[in-house]
Amino acid sequence: MIEVRNLTKDYGANRAIADVTFTVPTGQILGFLGPNGAGKTTTMKIITGFMPPTEGQVLVDNMDAIDHSLEVRRKIGYLPENTPLYTDMDIIGYLTFVQRLRGLPKSEHAVRTKRMIELCGLGEMLKKDIGELSKGYRQRVGVAQAMIHDPEILILDEPTVGLDPNQIVEIRDLIKELGRAKTLILCTHILPEVDATCDRVLIINRGKIVADGSPGQLRAAASGHDRLTVEIKGPSGEIRAALEGISGAARVATADRDGAEPPLAGCARFVVESAPGKDLRETVFGIVRDKQWILLEMHREATRLEDVFRQLTVGADAGASIGGDR
Amino acid sequence: MNAVLANTWTFTIKELKSFFNSAVAYVILTLFLFITGWFFASNLFLANQADLRDIFGAIVPMILLFFVPAITMRMIAEEKKSGTIELLVTLPVRDVEIVLGKYLAALILLGSALALTFAYPLTISLLGSPDHGALVGGYLGLFLMGAAYLAIGLFTSGLTPNQIVAFITGFVIIFVLFMLDKVIVVFPATIASILEYISVGYHLENLARGVIDSRDVLYYLSLIGLFLFLAVRSLESRKWR
Repeated sequence: MIEVRNLTKDYGANRAIADVTFTVPTGQILGFLGPNGAGKTTTMKIITGFMPPTEGQVLVDNMDAIDHSLEVRRKIGYLPENTPLYTDMDIIGYLTFVQRLRGLPKSEHAVRTKRMIELCGLGEMLKKDIGELSKGYRQRVGVAQAMIHDPEILILDEPTVGLDPNQIVEIRDLIKELGRAKTLILCTHILPEVDATCDRVLIINRGKIVADGSPGQLRAAASGHDRLTVEIKGPSGEIRAALEGISGAARVATADRDGAEPPLAGCARFVVESAPGKDLRETVFGIVRDKQWILLEMHREATRLEDVFRQLTVGADAGASIGGDR
Repeated sequence: MNAVLANTWTFTIKELKSFFNSAVAYVILTLFLFITGWFFASNLFLANQADLRDIFGAIVPMILLFFVPAITMRMIAEEKKSGTIELLVTLPVRDVEIVLGKYLAALILLGSALALTFAYPLTISLLGSPDHGALVGGYLGLFLMGAAYLAIGLFTSGLTPNQIVAFITGFVIIFVLFMLDKVIVVFPATIASILEYISVGYHLENLARGVIDSRDVLYYLSLIGLFLFLAVRSLESRKWR
């Protein structure tokens, strides 16, 4: 379990994070989200003991991260931002080096190395120096290095940056696989990653936590709108009036999506925005049936995590905060 | 204690591997032997002097002035630049172990360079009978002096992520210590004796005479201790920002 209490970090006059508090129970996969420069990496550096906070405290299994620094570091596996690695070592040499420093018994080295190589799919790269590996393989070496001692806590700072889509899927599956029995903090600004892997999401902006909850809860709590796109054959003006008349429809607009083919002659396409979570499909269908128009297309787009993220981290709303249960 | 030693040694091995896997070790050793060999041979064949005084007293200290910061400049600076320092210090190892491990590796490289010059005193022994006390004292002095330079170089490498800056600051500190006893004539006697004591050359001269005085040894050891302590602090400096 990781408890972060009132963490504040100043770099000179610049406040990187301010009064950040959260708890990660054992076994949870936490997505730590935020735009670049929001304080994600700073928070991770403090939890891993790379540097102390200006104020506040981090407890890992009830041990202070500074007073019991060595014990805490033993429990944590860490992949720092940008995956720094010794480029002049080969994979086995590097994994052995890390195991020695972690004080793992020599008799286990070969077994652990082999398991990581299999788990992270590094088998074909053993003859190369790490410096010769592609970015995706380096990232895997970074993950292998973080996992080698089977840590209770795994902290990965932007593990998929710079990877191609196939590699992203592979790393994501790896994370899911690994994260089952562990406390895992995943720092990222890539939202589908969080949706795909995390139990819980923390969004941090300008050094403050602005949202906390499961991906579903955040979507529900955000004031974003569900969007219903409909294409109806019938008189355009009447249709619009009817749609605007629906209670619960916040806004009706002509749909002019980029790249969409224009509506057929005699048809009209509209986007109806509703309050979040409110489903207008039945009502719309009822109207079309009663008026004897023809419904050609109808689909609903729920609020995406992207919308939540943008709403919380961009513009004037950025100070606002929402949250599910802590 | 055992774990401390084990971790230190792990770092030493890693650094030695990176010295010998890259060109660093070979370039340093070859150049070192070439330059000292040149001066030794020209003394021997041109001046007909079978003598090590110049080598111990002037040539090697001068070479070390340039070589030592070149050996140490990347040792911590590179880790800071590439970010691997973050991997290291978040592993369950102490900062002291990192610094000592690296220092030990540099010391081994220095020791090998000096050991390779044993050919010169051997040659001289064949031609005559050199003063063994002066030989032992001379080598001890050079090793201690080099060890002190290495501690300084390691410290300056920890100050910056830039190897060039590490080299130049290391060189400047060593140069000042090196020059002190060569400029004392311009100072009044009281200050001069202090400066002389601080300078590295004065103590080397004493040892090279074959007089192994604990004061001279202690001087080098305290210099080493001071700068290794500062090197550890410079690693920890990430915590003060």
